[in-house]
Amino acid sequence: MSVSLSSTRPVRRWRLGYRISPVGAVAFLVILAWAVVAVTAPLIAPHPVGEIVDFDFFQPMSAAYPMGTDYLGRDVLSRILFGARYTVGISLASVALACLTGVTLGMAAAVIGGAFEAALSRFLDALISIPSKIMALVLVAAIGSSMPVLILTLAVIYTPGSYRFARALAVNVNAMDYVTVARVRGERLGYLIRAEILPGIVGPVLADLGLRFVFIVLLLSSMSFLGLGVQPPNADWGALVKENIGGLSLAAPAVIFPSLAIASLTISVNLLIDNLPQKIRDRSADA
Amino acid sequence: MNSLILRMIAGRIVVTLMTLLIVAIVIFCATTLLPGDVVQILLGQSATPEAVAGLRQAMHLDQPAALRFLLWLKNLATGDLGVSYVNGIPVAELIGNRLANSLKLAGVTAALSVPVALTLGITAAILRGTLVDRLVAVVTIAVISVPEFMVATLAVIVFAVTLGWLPALSMTGDVTTLAGLIKAFAMPVITLSFVISAQMIRMTRAAVIETLSAPYVEMALLKGASRRRMVLHHALPNALGPIVNAVALSLSYLLGGVIIVETIFNYPGIAKLMLDAVATRDLPLIQGCAMIFCFAYLLLITIADIVTIVSNPRLRHA
Repeated sequence: MSVSLSSTRPVRRWRLGYRISPVGAVAFLVILAWAVVAVTAPLIAPHPVGEIVDFDFFQPMSAAYPMGTDYLGRDVLSRILFGARYTVGISLASVALACLTGVTLGMAAAVIGGAFEAALSRFLDALISIPSKIMALVLVAAIGSSMPVLILTLAVIYTPGSYRFARALAVNVNAMDYVTVARVRGERLGYLIRAEILPGIVGPVLADLGLRFVFIVLLLSSMSFLGLGVQPPNADWGALVKENIGGLSLAAPAVIFPSLAIASLTISVNLLIDNLPQKIRDRSADA
Repeated sequence: MNSLILRMIAGRIVVTLMTLLIVAIVIFCATTLLPGDVVQILLGQSATPEAVAGLRQAMHLDQPAALRFLLWLKNLATGDLGVSYVNGIPVAELIGNRLANSLKLAGVTAALSVPVALTLGITAAILRGTLVDRLVAVVTIAVISVPEFMVATLAVIVFAVTLGWLPALSMTGDVTTLAGLIKAFAMPVITLSFVISAQMIRMTRAAVIETLSAPYVEMALLKGASRRRMVLHHALPNALGPIVNAVALSLSYLLGGVIIVETIFNYPGIAKLMLDAVATRDLPLIQGCAMIFCFAYLLLITIADIVTIVSNPRLRHA
């Protein structure tokens, strides 16, 4: 689901030799900002995350509380800043795990081939045909939703897609002469996938990682919104929407701002990947 | 229809059935991962060992997992989805009504969004590169990039809070009068329509644009046909296959969206049932609902693939 807005935007040549569009640069800055917030949340949050700052709940925006107060009268801004840790942290851990497993298996399947590749592909393709939310519901029902379990669950759900993508790319690289030479030289599997295949597919794989990160943020938010993701007293952005959903009929900022936080992150990642230099993005659209 | 097409379709259906089997194995394994003894949980701490052993035997839990899986599969094939752990009612009975409700919701959504999405998608393709096309692109990207619950909350804020046209929560009022029925369905349908239309518009636009790049369309252009005639008379009939494919794939997004929408609007459908089952860890009910969702999903993507096979002109005269 790579997203294309327009390819005729003015572009600038940077020293690296990559073309970087302004939209991509802005998107990158938004992502960077959220990453910084996730790390420094305790330093920049105006109030402690659990502190009830006002007895009036669902307050509108004000100078004291820029994003209003939530259903218990807590500062929404502080809670969103802390929520970034869970949303960004969990998603990042899951996507790293999913892509590490998926890409390694994909490259291994391409190099080994034969029955191993066929069986693995058939099995993982079947996993893709389980809707992600259903899979998440089944796994959470079976093993609960503590933080490590949540990360593993999300990783398991998005590994098959990553595998399929990496395998399709690796099969092409595998047919190259230099890989054949390395194989004839008697190199082992580990060396083949690390030193011969990986450098040839790393760009598209990273772009795919970004897209998968968006899917994971969306699924994590949805799970938390359903009450099956991050559990109280911790709250990611999805959980913030859930706990303040009572303020919906008042159009309280406590419901709107966590949603906007999610949107700003996911849209930025999509736009960044879309505006990546063609060199990196090459072939990342067709999977 | 020739034998090659029939063989390809048959092959595709075999793949679907194999996939369904693997999916069943995965769901069965996942739901039996549950740490702790189901029987102990069901009967509570004070259960006598005899009662535990008795129930375990009655539930076939004393048999190996592979055997239990085959038994479950056999029952599944005959429509017996087991009995709910929580209230002892057969799962098929619990699901029946709820499934009908969800299908109604899905049907209304599809009937509303398919024509709108196709029109917008084809218009965007005709007007490629114009302001309209850009606007459609930006809106659809935005809808795709945000979670479904955000679309739902925005819809509530716009239609219920700001405009005051509709009630914020569904299924609270009566559904006997037409007005009441429309009010109950409106918010869920609006939300779901946005979610699947965004996908459908993008895929339709892509399908039409791809057809427009074919040589025969260029021929039509050179012969002096207007852009409108070129699209509607020359490109569209050939883009029909990819478009139907896009519609079937987009409808599969209903499955994910329906979980959020039924929860937020308190709609008594199968997704809400499954969610409640997750909360009470009612495993037979979860298994039943999950299999229905997976089956529906597989059905839609299989239809999409078969349409692609049938509409491929290269296969027609092979």
